[in-house]
Parts: sequence; structure tokens; C-alpha cells
Amino acid sequence: MTLYGFSQPTHWNGQELPRIISRLFDVPDGHRLEVARRHGAYATIGPALFDRAPYEIIHEVAESGLRGRGGAGFPTGVKWGFVPRAPGKPVYLVINADEGEPGTFKDRLCLTRDPHLLIEGMICTGYALGVRTAYIYVRGEMLPQICILNQALREAYDAGLLGERIAGSRYSLDIFVHRGAGAYICGEETGLINSLEGFKGQPRLKPPFPAVSGAFGAPTVVNNVETIMAVPYIVQHGAKAYRRWGTEKSPGSKLFSVSGDIARPGVYEVPLGMPFMEFFALAGGLVGELLGCIPGGSSAPVLTAEETRRATMDYESLSSLKSMLGSGAVTPFNTTRDPVLILQTLTRFYAHESCGQCTPCREGTGYVDRVLDALIDGHGGDGDVDLLKSLADQYEPMTTICAFGPGAAWPVQSFVSKFRPYFEAYIAKNPQRQRTRDLAGVRPGAFW
Amino acid sequence: MAATAPADVPAIAKKWKDKRGSLIMALHDLQGRYGYVPRDAALELGKLMGVPLARIYEVTTFYNFFKLEAPGKHIISVCMGTACYLKGAPELVARLSEKLGIKAGETTPDKQFHLQQVRCIGCCGLAPVVTVNEKVLAKVKPAEIVDQVYACAKGA
Ligand SMILES: Cc1cc2nc3c(=O)[nH]c(=O)nc-3n(C[C@H](O)[C@H](O)[C@H](O)COP(=O)(O)O)c2cc1C
Ligand code: FES
Repeated sequence: MTLYGFSQPTHWNGQELPRIISRLFDVPDGHRLEVARRHGAYATIGPALFDRAPYEIIHEVAESGLRGRGGAGFPTGVKWGFVPRAPGKPVYLVINADEGEPGTFKDRLCLTRDPHLLIEGMICTGYALGVRTAYIYVRGEMLPQICILNQALREAYDAGLLGERIAGSRYSLDIFVHRGAGAYICGEETGLINSLEGFKGQPRLKPPFPAVSGAFGAPTVVNNVETIMAVPYIVQHGAKAYRRWGTEKSPGSKLFSVSGDIARPGVYEVPLGMPFMEFFALAGGLVGELLGCIPGGSSAPVLTAEETRRATMDYESLSSLKSMLGSGAVTPFNTTRDPVLILQTLTRFYAHESCGQCTPCREGTGYVDRVLDALIDGHGGDGDVDLLKSLADQYEPMTTICAFGPGAAWPVQSFVSKFRPYFEAYIAKNPQRQRTRDLAGVRPGAFW
Repeated sequence: MAATAPADVPAIAKKWKDKRGSLIMALHDLQGRYGYVPRDAALELGKLMGVPLARIYEVTTFYNFFKLEAPGKHIISVCMGTACYLKGAPELVARLSEKLGIKAGETTPDKQFHLQQVRCIGCCGLAPVVTVNEKVLAKVKPAEIVDQVYACAKGA
């Protein structure tokens, strides 16, 4: 099932665009080993990797400044450095392909178009960390991608690129695919580990961090698909070459999934640091007049049009605007859209996906959802807008086991404060101006 | 219940029993076979794999993917993710509900159709998206949704 073409120009504004992750995305049959190899796949699997000591690879990746592409943006080399040197236990590598953040569809494309680059990245990473067994945790809905991945794994095993003594070296690696079963929370790394172990995917309190004690109580490195797909380039060309792209603190390139009011929605690979407005032009231009933009997946605080015009696509710029780059899902919306209804889709989502472990998150996300529903249905009262905000404040950072809570609070806080008049307009529709619906009893339009 | 005689359960249990953390994979197989997770089959699976029923309950109810009742023959999923919602998904649900006489999350009495709302399925560029079984309908228009769904069901 091919849902997207990948069509981006080689150059933009006279600058070459990076093709580190997306090199094979537009090559017909690039997911087949034979074709991929003709285009340079597995070039690192040989002396380029095995003649170097594992710590040198970790060092190179740390130098490159590569940061996690799953959402948190944590420096990859630093995370790898947390793995104990002689743990006395196996070290596991787990690839996070649970991609569930609304608006994000880049990992799906990666698995569809270039599974061999992921496998190559896993071999490099596995060698660096002393991993013998690795897992790829794939979102349950992505059946076609699981088929493609399994085929690619079979090809790699048959070619001696996986299994015992890879490519004649002394390094051996096995990779298993684990299929998720539909729960957004399993994208959170410790929830993912619980799910991998066959349990409910409820997150674990950190510390201990997975790098010290993760899957089956052993050191476990969890990395996003796209993160690992950048590793072969760094191993082959070096940290310096990688830093040709991007900014000092956000080096390299990143895949962005853009949807919403944009002429050519899809996935694009661009250097970090590109202004959002330039990116929109690259994606065919905005449709209508910009009202706001969710810059980094549904959890990222929304930007106003004015903020969007100032922002660049990197970690620093967005954090200075109190938002985040997240998973790189960009959703601009125009003045024909109602921000209140946009927030409603998000509060529904979070209320439904809260795993139920932490009280503020479990109760709070549902409560916010009900208050907002009542407001939209014309049952809102004065003070409801502040109520929404104060409820969301209850599941801010540090109040919950994982970052789901804060990620659910940020859209509420940001939409309410940046688009307040739109919320007030709904309250004005209620002549009584006090809440006229019992919230505990009703759960209108329950998501499932 | 007779239709769900757990004939394949021993094979599934055997395939996964010795693999660590494989309960979810085994349940996937079970649902693949029956279209849902029948209670008696799950009981049997638990016994054979040495997993307490409590854990099976826990897992089947935690994950959205597992169905505890036989769904309709054709599963209609309307994406309610941000992009699809913005581009008119609620209207699509309303049209389908009206035509089929069921709410989202329900199955028609003749067991032909199951209507559900799902979270973002990662095709936001094609919003609004509806899937019928494995088929993806892109950029669906409210006026056409009912006909399109019936056409898919016929083709299947
Ligand atoms: C609620 C929640 C959902 C997440 N979902 C995903 C996801 O779908 N894919 C992903 O790669 N990371 C996801 N993450 C981030 C992971 O916890 C983790 O940071 C990431 O997999 C680490 O890999 P990276 O450093 O390569 O980004 C999620 C985090 C939270 C709190
Ligand atoms: S919102 Fe429907 S596919 Fe993403």
C-alpha cells in the first residue's frame, strides 16, 4: 500500500537538500536488497565498521550531535553512553516504530521505502553497544510495513548481513519484529518495553532509565526509526560531514510530515534550521490565510501565525517559543478553521489514550474533554476557559509517571491562551452563561 | 459459540509458548484466525501457555486492537485524527450512522458492517480517510461516502 509519493526537488533556493534518510525513497523497488545495494546500502558493513572499536562509533555519533527523532530530541550519543560497559547481562536495542503521534507519518514511509537502511543502522548501533538481540516494535496497524520489514530481514539474513558472524566479522546480531496492538502510550519507551514483554503498555517510573535496566531487566537502548537511519551516514562519512547540515545545536537533517492546510502534504527531508515559511513554500505553499500551526506533533504547544513566521525548524527556535520540534509533524491551519474544534480532537485523543496509571492524567484528560464538549455544545459558562487551563495545569511535568500527561496538557494550555476569543465566543452562545450540563454524568461522543 | 471451537489454539500456543513476552503476538494470531478474541479460545490459550486469565483480560482490554466480540463482516474505520477531523470526518460518521442505523462502535444486526472511529492512521495528507477492511478511501466526500463503502463491501 503506497500512500505517498516522495517528491522533493534536489535543490531549494539554490541550496542542495539533504538526502541522508530519504536517499532511496524515490528509487523504484528501493526496499529490495539487490536494488538498495546498487545504491550503496550496507557500505558500512565491513571494515568501515568492524575495523573500528565500538567506543569509536559511539564517539563519532556523539560528535555528530545527532538527536533523537522520536520526540524528545535527546542526544543519541549521550544516551548510548549510559549503557554500562560490562553489564554482565545482554544489552538490547529496541527500535521504536510505534509512530502514533497524530500528524506523524515519516517512520511509516521509512519502513515502506528503505527498510535496509534501518537494518544497516541497527547493525552499526548494535556493534557499538555490544547488542546480540534487537527488536523492532512496529505499530499494530502497520501490517503492510511489517510485511516489507520481514521480507527485508529475510533478504539480509540470506545475504549474511544478519545472524552469526556478520559479513565475515566476529559480530553477530539477530533482529525480531514485535507487533503492537493499538495503544499510543506504547510509543513511550518504558510503556513500549512493558508491551514488548507481553504486558499492558503502561510506562515505568524513571529512573532506572532503560539504558541501565530496560527490557527483561537488562540494559536497553530505545531509539526511533529515523534516528537509527541516520547512523550509517555518520559512520561512513563522519560527524563533520553530518554537521554540514543544520545548526550548531540541531545538526543534520530531519524528516518532516506536513498535513493540514498545505498544498502538497507529505514527507520532506530538510536541513534543521529552515524557516517554517520557507518549508511551507517547498511543500507547495499554504492554503488560505495562516491562523496557526502545530509545529511538532499533537503534544507540541500550538504557535500563532505570527510566531510561525518567526520560527525555524530546529530544537532551539521552538523551545525559545515554548513549543517543541517533537516528532516533526507540522500542521498549519488557516482562518477557516476553528481552533476550539482542533483542540477538541486533541482532548478526545488524550482522554482516550491515557493509560490510566496516574490520577491527574487519567481524571484530568477526561474532565478537560467533558468541559470542552459542554462548551462546544453551548453549555459552557463564564470561567470555563480558566477552568480548562487550571485542569490542564494539574498534569504538567512531574505530576505523572511519563511525559504523556504534560504532552496532553500543552495543547490545552496553549490553545486556550493563544486563541481565547474563539473559546469565549462559544460561551457567549449560552444565554445563561453558566454551565448547564452535568459533567460527571455525561461523556458525550465517547471516542470509542 | 460453536463456531469458535478453539481448534487452532494449541498450534498458536505452541508457536509462542517459549518465546519471551509473546502473549500479544499470540493474541494477534488468535484474532487473525477468528476476527476477534473469543473468550473460550483465550481461556484455552492461557491454559496452554501458562498465562493466568487475569493477564489475558488485562492485555485484551488495554489494547484497542483486540476485539472481544465478533465484529461485522466489513469493518469501516473513520479516522478521527486532527487532519481528518478538520476535513470533515464527523460528517462522514454521521452519514454512515444514519444509513446503517448504528452508532460508532456498533455492528449492524445482520453482522454485515462494523462502524468505528480510529485515531490518526498516518495518512493525514489524504484526509479525510476512511478504511473499509484493508482498503483505504482517501479525500472522501460526505455525499459519496455511503456509495463508496457499499462498493468496497461488494468488491470484497
Ligand atoms: C506519550 C508518548 C508517546 C511517544 N510515542 C513515540 C513514538 O510513537 N515513536 C517514537 O519514536 N518515540 C515516541 N516517544 C518518545 C519515546 O519515549 C522515546 O523518547 C524515543 O523512542 C527515544 O528514541 P529517540 O531518542 O531516537 O527519539 C513517545 C513519548 C511519549 C511520552
Ligand atoms: S488524521 Fe487521519 S490519517 Fe492522520
